[in-house]
Amino acid sequence: MSEIWIILTGALVAISCGLLGSFLLLRKMAMVGDAISHAVLPGIVISFLITGTRESLPMLIGAGIIGVITTFLIEMLHQKLKLQEDASIGVSFTFLFALGVILISQFADKIDLDQDCVLYGDLAMIPFDQLTLTSGIEIGPRAFYVSMINLMVVIAVIVLAYKEFVITTFDNSYAKIIGISATLWHYVLMSCVSFTTVTSFESVGAILVVAFLVVPAATAYLLTNKLKIMLALSALFGLLSSVGGYYLATYFDSSIAGSMSVVAGFIFGLVFSYTKIAVRNTVQTEPILK
Amino acid sequence: MILQAENQVVDVHNLTVSYDNKPVLWNIDLTLPKGALVGIIGPNGAGKSTLIKAMMGIVPVDSGYVKIFGEALNVVRQKIAYVPQRESVDWDFPASVYDIVMMGRYGKMGLFKRPRKADADVVMDCLRKVGLVALKDRQIAQLSGGQQQRVFLARALAQEADLYFMDEPFAGVDIATETAIIELLREMRNDGKTVVVVHHDLQSAAEYFNWTILINTRLIASGPTPQVLTNELLQKTYGGKLDVLSQMQDIIKIEAFSVGHS
Ligand SMILES: Nc1ncnc2c1ncn2[C@@H]1O[C@H](COP(=O)(O)OP(=O)(O)O)[C@@H](O)[C@H]1O
Ligand SMILES: [Mg+2]
Repeated sequence: MSEIWIILTGALVAISCGLLGSFLLLRKMAMVGDAISHAVLPGIVISFLITGTRESLPMLIGAGIIGVITTFLIEMLHQKLKLQEDASIGVSFTFLFALGVILISQFADKIDLDQDCVLYGDLAMIPFDQLTLTSGIEIGPRAFYVSMINLMVVIAVIVLAYKEFVITTFDNSYAKIIGISATLWHYVLMSCVSFTTVTSFESVGAILVVAFLVVPAATAYLLTNKLKIMLALSALFGLLSSVGGYYLATYFDSSIAGSMSVVAGFIFGLVFSYTKIAVRNTVQTEPILK
Repeated sequence: MILQAENQVVDVHNLTVSYDNKPVLWNIDLTLPKGALVGIIGPNGAGKSTLIKAMMGIVPVDSGYVKIFGEALNVVRQKIAYVPQRESVDWDFPASVYDIVMMGRYGKMGLFKRPRKADADVVMDCLRKVGLVALKDRQIAQLSGGQQQRVFLARALAQEADLYFMDEPFAGVDIATETAIIELLREMRNDGKTVVVVHHDLQSAAEYFNWTILINTRLIASGPTPQVLTNELLQKTYGGKLDVLSQMQDIIKIEAFSVGHS
């Protein structure tokens, strides 16, 4: 039974990440996802210190806000202080991440939270934290429901604001000209990434969530030139990685989240080789475009 | 030589724009008439792209203001269309010709709304005008330079605007496409639209535009083309570069030619 919960939770996280990751990739911002996933650490610790538990909604929100602040910081360093974008990312997230690490070691005795858990997650532990109804019936792991709600929000935002995301991703200036705020939608997307990262930190961990944000989207990008199909494929590859990763981990008795990332990378390698071979064949058969 | 237009559509007043504290446009003051095909001409890095971006309000300005149809930009956004410079487009973006042209409808649709039948009709109509119906499902990287340029022209047409800004729409385009595009632009002008085009070929400029702007950071001239494209003003704009001088000989010939025929 716990096996299914673990796979499902991993899959939910992977699908959220795959959808958002596609937009990050097309915006050439994959590394902003990396930055956010590290920078939420102090948010998690501070909220933990204030609320004393890791189950609370305030903690989620607090950490999520820190993620959004990170993207704000990156934008400010880049736009206002004219620092290069990669340097802006590097400066902001290493600072916030280090702050988180110091906080954890300072308050290690007060909080039931260790670095390993935050960084690498622990899917295997998910089933031990059950959501219980008032009648006393356990209805499944809390992490599963948190990831599920997160995915529903992500899907709702993408479906509702699809054209806003598309236009601001493809052509920022044009969006501005026709009156669609590039800044607003940038922060909406970054908020989604931020909350996804926070909700998944205890299942797949802050570092491996990056793999889910980048790799399935990159794989999908190789295979199609239609955005809707790219989104669907990216979600599918995320799903396959989490299912495949789980069985790989049980077979080798190793880290579940780690195995999921390995499978994601393996799928990318397969697809990459496939497209190389396919291109070689079409170049020979198809007439050159005029 | 800066002449003021009657029936003004664009009014640029004392505009200064700089990047990293380096002025790119200096104290530009000009007006453009309704129903004109306007050429913006100047050497590389003269600030031509920046000028149209400032007119559309997508670069921050140091001083001065721009009025379109006598109003602030935010009020008249729906009446402005834009064809970006080729280099600024992400050609590998997963979008088809049809998808890109549909983006021209996004501004009119409103928040969270989806394209309707009426939008799809406009898109197909614009694809027909630029001759891309057969290629509507192609990804944009898989097109020739001329076809790519026409996609963005169609997107601008789909906006059903009154004022069009185009950044080098003839760059990387074959002669047949260039002729087709200029024909379309003339039709738009005859319908009372105003079309502002950044252009770098002096020879065709005299023939295409009825209003010309010469800039090189400062505004050198703005007025009806025959009064602006003179030896002296071009020299002032280009600073007497040799290849340009030889092109000027040709322009003077074209001028003589068109005078004889009009
Ligand atoms: N985003 C930018 N940041 C810094 N400098 C810029 C930027 N865009 C343009 N420039 C500089 O401004 C000047 C004018 O550029 P531009 O308007 O593109 O010229 P043109 O279109 O006439 O070739 C050039 O020197 C260019 O290098
Ligand atoms: Mg330019």
